[in-house]
Amino acid sequence: MYKKLALIGAIMGLSATAAGAQDKLKVGVIATLSGPPAVLGQQLRNGFQLAIKNLGGKLGGREVEVVVEDDELKPDVAVNKAKALVDRTKVDFVVGPIFSNMLIAIMKPVTDAGVILISPNAGTSNFAGKECNPNFFVTSYQNDQNHEVMGKYAQDAAIKKVFLMAPNYQAGKDAIAGFKRYFKGEIADEVYVPLGQLDYSAELTKIAAASPDGIFVFLPGGMGVNFVKQFRQAGLADKIKFLSAFTVDESTLPAQKEAALGFFGGANWAPNLDNPQNKKFVADYEKEYNAVPATYAFQAYDAALLIDGALKLTKGNTSDKDALRAALMKANFTSLRGPFKFNINHYPIQDFYQVKVAQRADGKFETQIDKKVFAGYSDPYAKDCPMK
Amino acid sequence: MTQTLAASSVLPSQQTGRVGALSAVIFLVLALVPFGAAFGPESYVLGLFTRVMVFAVAALALDFICGYGGLVSFGHAAFVGIGAYAVGILGAHGITETLVSLPAAMLTSAIFAYLTGTVCLRTKSVYFIMITLAFGQMAYFIAGSLALYGGDDGLTVRLRSTLLGFPILQNDRAFYYFVLFSLFVVYFVFRVIVYSRFGRVFRGARENPTRMATLGFDVFRFQRVGYVISGAVGGLSGFLLANATEFVSPAYMSWQRSGELIIMILLGGLGTLHGAIIGAAAYLLIEEALSGITEQWKLIFGPLLVLIVLFARGGLLGLADRIRGKLGRD
Amino acid sequence: MSTGLVVVQILNGLQFGVLLFLIAAGLTLVFGVMDFINLAHGVQYMLGAYLAVAFYTLTGNFLIALVLALAVALVFGLLLEFLVFRHLYDRDHLEQVIATFGIIIFLNQAVKTIWGAAPLTLPIPEFFSGSIALMPGLLYPVWRLVIIASGLAIGLLLYILVGHTRVGMLVRAGATNARMVSALGVDIHRLFMIVFGFGTMLAAFAGAMIAPILSVEPGMGDTVLILAFVVIVIGGIGSMRGAFLAALLIGLVDTLGRSFAIDILRLVMPPSPARTVGPAIASMLIYVLMALVLYFRPAGLFPARGR
Repeated sequence: MYKKLALIGAIMGLSATAAGAQDKLKVGVIATLSGPPAVLGQQLRNGFQLAIKNLGGKLGGREVEVVVEDDELKPDVAVNKAKALVDRTKVDFVVGPIFSNMLIAIMKPVTDAGVILISPNAGTSNFAGKECNPNFFVTSYQNDQNHEVMGKYAQDAAIKKVFLMAPNYQAGKDAIAGFKRYFKGEIADEVYVPLGQLDYSAELTKIAAASPDGIFVFLPGGMGVNFVKQFRQAGLADKIKFLSAFTVDESTLPAQKEAALGFFGGANWAPNLDNPQNKKFVADYEKEYNAVPATYAFQAYDAALLIDGALKLTKGNTSDKDALRAALMKANFTSLRGPFKFNINHYPIQDFYQVKVAQRADGKFETQIDKKVFAGYSDPYAKDCPMK
Repeated sequence: MTQTLAASSVLPSQQTGRVGALSAVIFLVLALVPFGAAFGPESYVLGLFTRVMVFAVAALALDFICGYGGLVSFGHAAFVGIGAYAVGILGAHGITETLVSLPAAMLTSAIFAYLTGTVCLRTKSVYFIMITLAFGQMAYFIAGSLALYGGDDGLTVRLRSTLLGFPILQNDRAFYYFVLFSLFVVYFVFRVIVYSRFGRVFRGARENPTRMATLGFDVFRFQRVGYVISGAVGGLSGFLLANATEFVSPAYMSWQRSGELIIMILLGGLGTLHGAIIGAAAYLLIEEALSGITEQWKLIFGPLLVLIVLFARGGLLGLADRIRGKLGRD
Repeated sequence: MSTGLVVVQILNGLQFGVLLFLIAAGLTLVFGVMDFINLAHGVQYMLGAYLAVAFYTLTGNFLIALVLALAVALVFGLLLEFLVFRHLYDRDHLEQVIATFGIIIFLNQAVKTIWGAAPLTLPIPEFFSGSIALMPGLLYPVWRLVIIASGLAIGLLLYILVGHTRVGMLVRAGATNARMVSALGVDIHRLFMIVFGFGTMLAAFAGAMIAPILSVEPGMGDTVLILAFVVIVIGGIGSMRGAFLAALLIGLVDTLGRSFAIDILRLVMPPSPARTVGPAIASMLIYVLMALVLYFRPAGLFPARGR
């Protein structure tokens, strides 16, 4: 029992000291930092911290304190951590999370408290449409868009027959729906696998038997690593065009290596995107963390730039929420991806590319821009958003 | 083997007083938390301790069948999840009244417990652990396939349950006391059951099922009733969890969660009831405190569990007892 | 559904089953002989995979990496036995669960701290890479056949060891009545060490062999552990024969279920709900199977006598 009291005391002591340094800007980062998808969360955190470092430890001229929390990929833990950030740390912004289901879980506790939530990855359709939220901004994309890029590409390249595969959860179904929104050719089959499946022998056999011209998969993280390796091992890579989203990127390529060479993905950015700010970012990131950055890192970097730009407009003031939201909405920063502005639903309007896996001269693997598929593209859900 | 573990459940009469004092202290502290919280980050502290009490309710349910009935369930998170889904699904259809969703949550879990218990209770020891795991996993996969209710992503509970139509539970403090009240009722009811005639047969069935059968008791039926009660209380905890996080997810039913519940009751000391509350508090608060110190907190937490087993037999309470014993001798 | 497809899926099921057997064999021995629930068995599998990757990076030779990985895994396993497990043998099952769970938490995090959270990979040995045509148009990776073959070979080896040697006899006797074996003057602690070390090596071997196919990542042992428990419970705890048959059964049921559940459901319902329900049913199948087996045979298919 004394322990409990001591803990309460400790918590209170903590908050007391925090209150003394009120003029520091506080930003909470929530990401998945444990379990197999931890690498995505680390990219997010690293990207954000790199931006703070490059901005001299300040956002909009104010000193910043960043508090990082691990959602453990458990919704109730995420809610708990979000409440801790909002209420104990008294953050001005929350940046995160990686996964859509975590976003759905933390949306209410963060935005209800009047805190600005900036998602550097997850962008679900509900928050883009009817449930769009004035306190919620997205620096990534609407979840369907990368899949639509691939669908459009397959349609334009006149690939006749495509085999589709995704995990059996909402994002997986959205992925397939997004692909089919633009692809009108023949669908060989549509397969949903349990989330976290590791061995694809059964599915590969099916794919071989269906002999499609192309395959489109959405298998994030470790699932993608396994599938890509096994796809190559089964000898299918030379016969079937490999299209994907979130399956071959810089977070998985260190494990996929040669197995993913020449595979395609849909994305809003790639490390070799040609503009000065991006070149500096990629070089800095590789120097700092000894890894090639993926979209998670760049979108988190942009989230920091977004806050920085908005606070410059409000002169560091975060208490006038209306002014703060208006400033954020102006997207007063130079995005690493080049052209960037917010739609009425606070989701980006941006370009999308088809990217291709290549090996660089230094032996590392990365995705590279192959072709621009959409220019100034916005998501179809914005029309349902009541915000103006 | 299981006998030695839960031997502390049969309390000598002079200890009953101490138990009463201990549980009084527990509930007094829990009742005072909001007053302390008012001086600090109130909704965070309230949220944390609400979470502690919600898991304490689930842990009590498990301690009842595990510590007193000798039935180690490795699928108890399923009951919590089913209760939570009852709230989520009713809420999705606009029904938020506690007087509807609370009984619905408990009843659904109880029915699930009755059906699975009928099958599970045919097996013993490790086989019982594994068959409860099997049913837990089935519930988990079914929840994940409820496409209409969010599938694997889970669903948001838009509004906390109302009480007689009033949104009183929207207030964090009111909700805190509602959870505390539930915990107290559960604790009290289990205390009464454990010392009732039913409880004596239930405990007896653990220690010597043959003897109980010879005495003319239908052991299977007693165990099933116990299992159903435990399942219903698990459903209650699910009702509270859904309202506390305002979110429902299949993750609530994962086998890792069932494992965490087992660890909670072992931490506090098996078969003592108040041990379940202390265990839940210790587990969640240690986790919270350590994860605040370092991102690598699991490097500390893991060995801590090992050390507790190696050096603190009978859980934290057992450790406290022994320390007190030593001090008393000196 | 062509016959070729079914044949390949059966091979896939066998490969998965063999993998499960390698892990379950150690688990059922340790559980059966020592009455010790070792949840940390899954992390030994993970450790095998990580060590294989580490030694491959150093040596560039799969075989050398495999041997070194097994040796280090064995040493590490015995170290754990000496430091922790030894003190838990006479404890209650639940206390063993909590302590070994603590070890899982620690090692998953330790692996992440040492090697990073990103998944690692191991190339297939050159000699076994590529695939062979089982039937026209149906390719099958050679490495998977190697896994099946080595798993079956180890199964045979275990059959001979357990069934026809003195140590094996003691192990069987231990699984039936450990106290009696001890009373007969056998050094039970040495027997435990042998059994434990052997089980550890088998799990590490499984991890190293599967590393070229699956990504090597923290927590990779957790799901496999649960499946291995399903296997030994269906097979009957302590029974090597039971573990072998149950592993193949689970491997086949899971793989065939995943392959054909949707196709079968499509026969009775429209394709769209079939696609949603199918994977859920497929994931559940092995648990349904376990529940059914335990309902009709509450101590598994091949219960060791005397328990």
